[in-house]
Amino acid sequence: MAGLAAAFGSGAMTNTIGDIEDADVILVTGSNTTENHPVLSRHIKRAVSFKGTKLLLVDPRRIKLAGFADMWLRQKLGTDVAWLNGMMRVIISENLYDQEFVENRTVAFDDLKKTVEKYTPEYVQEITGINANDLKKAARLYARAKAASIIYCMGITQHTSGTDNVKSLANLAMLCGNMGIRGGGVNPLRGQNNVQGACDLGGLPNVFSGYQPVTDEAARNKMENAWGVTGLPDKIGLTATQMIPKAHDGELKALYVIGENPLVSDPDLNHAEKSLANLDFFVVQDIFLTETAKMADVVLPSKCFAEKEGTFANTERLVQRVRKAVEPPGQALDDWKITCEIGERMGFPMSYQSSRSIMDEIASVTPSYAGINYDRIEQNGLHWPCPNENHPGTPILHQSQFTCGKGNFHAIEYRPAAEDIDDEYPLYLTTGRVLYHYHTGTMTMKSEGLNERVPDCFVEISSEDADKYKIKNGTMVTIASRRGNISAAANVSSKAVAGTVFIPFHFAEAAANRLTNAALDPVSRIPEYKVCAVKMSKSA
Amino acid sequence: MASKNTIQLNGNEFSFEPGETILEVAAENSIDIPTLCHLKNTTPTGSCNVCVVEVKDEPDLLKACSTPASSGMVITTESPGVFESRKATIKLLLASGNHNCAVRGSDTTDWIGFQLSVQGNDQSDDLCPVWGDCQLQDLAYRYQVSAPVFDESKTPFPTETVNPFIVRDFSRCIKCEKCVKACNEIQVNNAISVGYKGSETKIVAADDKPLKDSDCVFCGECIQVCPVGALTEKDIRYRVRPWEMNKIRTTCSYCGVGCQIYLHVKDNRVVKVSGVEDTAPNFGSLCVKGRFGFDFINSPERLSSPLIRENGVLRKAGWDEALNLVADQFKSIITEHGADSIGVLTSARITNEDNYIVNKFTRAVLKTNNIDHCARL
Ligand code: SF4
Ligand code: SF4
Ligand code: SF4
Ligand code: FES
Repeated sequence: MAGLAAAFGSGAMTNTIGDIEDADVILVTGSNTTENHPVLSRHIKRAVSFKGTKLLLVDPRRIKLAGFADMWLRQKLGTDVAWLNGMMRVIISENLYDQEFVENRTVAFDDLKKTVEKYTPEYVQEITGINANDLKKAARLYARAKAASIIYCMGITQHTSGTDNVKSLANLAMLCGNMGIRGGGVNPLRGQNNVQGACDLGGLPNVFSGYQPVTDEAARNKMENAWGVTGLPDKIGLTATQMIPKAHDGELKALYVIGENPLVSDPDLNHAEKSLANLDFFVVQDIFLTETAKMADVVLPSKCFAEKEGTFANTERLVQRVRKAVEPPGQALDDWKITCEIGERMGFPMSYQSSRSIMDEIASVTPSYAGINYDRIEQNGLHWPCPNENHPGTPILHQSQFTCGKGNFHAIEYRPAAEDIDDEYPLYLTTGRVLYHYHTGTMTMKSEGLNERVPDCFVEISSEDADKYKIKNGTMVTIASRRGNISAAANVSSKAVAGTVFIPFHFAEAAANRLTNAALDPVSRIPEYKVCAVKMSKSA
Repeated sequence: MASKNTIQLNGNEFSFEPGETILEVAAENSIDIPTLCHLKNTTPTGSCNVCVVEVKDEPDLLKACSTPASSGMVITTESPGVFESRKATIKLLLASGNHNCAVRGSDTTDWIGFQLSVQGNDQSDDLCPVWGDCQLQDLAYRYQVSAPVFDESKTPFPTETVNPFIVRDFSRCIKCEKCVKACNEIQVNNAISVGYKGSETKIVAADDKPLKDSDCVFCGECIQVCPVGALTEKDIRYRVRPWEMNKIRTTCSYCGVGCQIYLHVKDNRVVKVSGVEDTAPNFGSLCVKGRFGFDFINSPERLSSPLIRENGVLRKAGWDEALNLVADQFKSIITEHGADSIGVLTSARITNEDNYIVNKFTRAVLKTNNIDHCARL
């Protein structure tokens, strides 16, 4: 979430889930909330149905929330910066922005103003396909709200312009003074249960736990003292999306993968497969023999959440307990225990009594978790930052000032997606998830009931495209991109719009990521899962 | 005289906020008034009549769930009149369907015939699947009710079992409409509604289709709120009895909402999941993955021992052998190619504690910052 961190100094959801019902207007974009965050979506639906809240949806697919929306704008894939700049231009030129907030709490407004100037509604219509009048209406709707919440997910971030998209959303929220108030904020929804926690606890190449930079000498000294080591590396490490090409080139020799299945989830899978095969040594630690684990030299069996004591941090920064309910299968161990054992065998003392004592160490070296311990979260979780044991936690961020002091506006120009449609590949492909499955399906596909609902991969197409290609519901079609092809049954659906097909990425047999483009956002290094060019034909 | 915005409940004075119902004031002050059709945070249905209380100077008993508190009310929650009324209500409900728990009473006219017909309908020799976990049964005990008359057990609508998750047994439905409120006002899935009228009332999905062909998304909110055995989880119906399960509270492991859940465990197996009520972030609600996606925990495909590749195939190994191999390989790769030739992908699925340890291991032991996870993906 590099975009949010650049704007506010912190990259997490700024408000809470419950808080959504207090919004006057909710802008949802790039989030198919009812399928990917179902229980959160109920707050949106309740607000709209019973509390008079207005929903503004900007999404290329006619997702279920469109039925609840006051306005549904359909942008061309990958044109988010353009419509956001367009909205801001309307808001500034009609003087609907929050001048006091802009003056007191932000910097660089003039740059923003200058940049958005050329994004007239008409120009934006040309780029995005959003009707100029609708754009004006949407801008006014958002700007006039007392409290407006922005909710987004991977439909915004999984682009080569993902960081720019996020910064633009942050621009919009600051422009209208929607920060630090109930029912407002910029709220990224985390796809997997503990993405937030993995980021918080140092699962990133540039920071220790609590986002303390590895390039900062003071932070390194502090960790060296706490851990009893010297010479912690000061160079920012590789991201996941950089490691794969480095493995391909032979620069990366070994990989230790824990609880991930990149051989279904990575972009441009064919390339990823070759890269992993090229490693000298490959260790996978997981609960199943996943597609990825099958390639490993050593596989280490770990406990699943139901067998563990610990904590997760949810998408609203709420740190909550995980408790052991059943015994693990066979010799499976806690993930931390396995990693510690490897450390010990490499000559570094790493032994802990329990997950509780690890949390105590976390609190001692992580300012935002300093006040969190198991006793305090026995009943209810705590929202970080929680700087000391008497602190009640922080449900709403940036209330009187931003983490970085003043909020930064970023002047951003629209850049087209890395790949556009052409005569040979005339259709857009976008990928995502369905309600009944999760990520690469290793967990959900063990449930017969969930499989019965969605047994196989499918290609969602509009009825217009179905007519054009003479395809019926259930016809097997082949979708090909410049990188590969897969076959799946066509699902003619009212969710789809002409010219764009959608494929869920859960299924290993027909992995959508054989098609997707590994082109990366230059800052966040997130691949462009949400746009690529494909062609479609009936399978032979 | 009573002061402003206070009422008397069973002899004690309590203050209230304007707009609060008698039931809400009572609940805040730990006074228990039984309910069957009331569902928090939804509009009152007011159909079951179980929540009636006596209010001084009112000719009729009033429903606590839908009557707003007003200044000076003097309320008795368990007067003889209230007691008799609740008894009669419960008796009618018990007699209205296949409520074949023992509370049905021994003053039987044709207990055996009734049992046999219900068992035929249920395709089971057991008593009701939620025996021991039923609010109607609890109330029948509390008010010592038995149902003397066995109506010719009429089940005008056959039990629906054609979806993978939920059994809808209309013969036990008491038409409290809680499921409808849960579906439309809590989850806002708008999949079910009250269909037909009068004694033919049935909770219908769309225009009376099976759930699987409706807008139902199998969140299971309706099961969780159903006070009786009309809605149950299909996979454990008659297989696991309510008293055989232990409940352990934890956090859902699927998406980033982090719903609070109970894992219901029998014989070291998770057999059911329910939502933890009255607490953020989900207040009891779940989605289909959280509620029904737990089979993987006990899957026979779970890894149960370390594996090592030998001659191209993975074979079982002991922990010592596997861990030593990993440690040795890492050490020699670092010596030969440097620490930055190793990469670590930690996970958005494992705990905070697990992640912290991986972070420490990568930086302090391997001495590289090549650590990431797939939040980007
Ligand atoms: S499972 Fe959920 S969507 Fe389906 S009827 Fe019940 S409450 Fe409604
Ligand atoms: S199915 Fe259950 S919750 Fe729904 S009306 Fe019948 S008894 Fe009430
Ligand atoms: S129950 Fe559903 S909405 Fe809740 S955390 Fe689990 S997956 Fe997310
Ligand atoms: S709970 Fe009041 S009428 Fe049912």
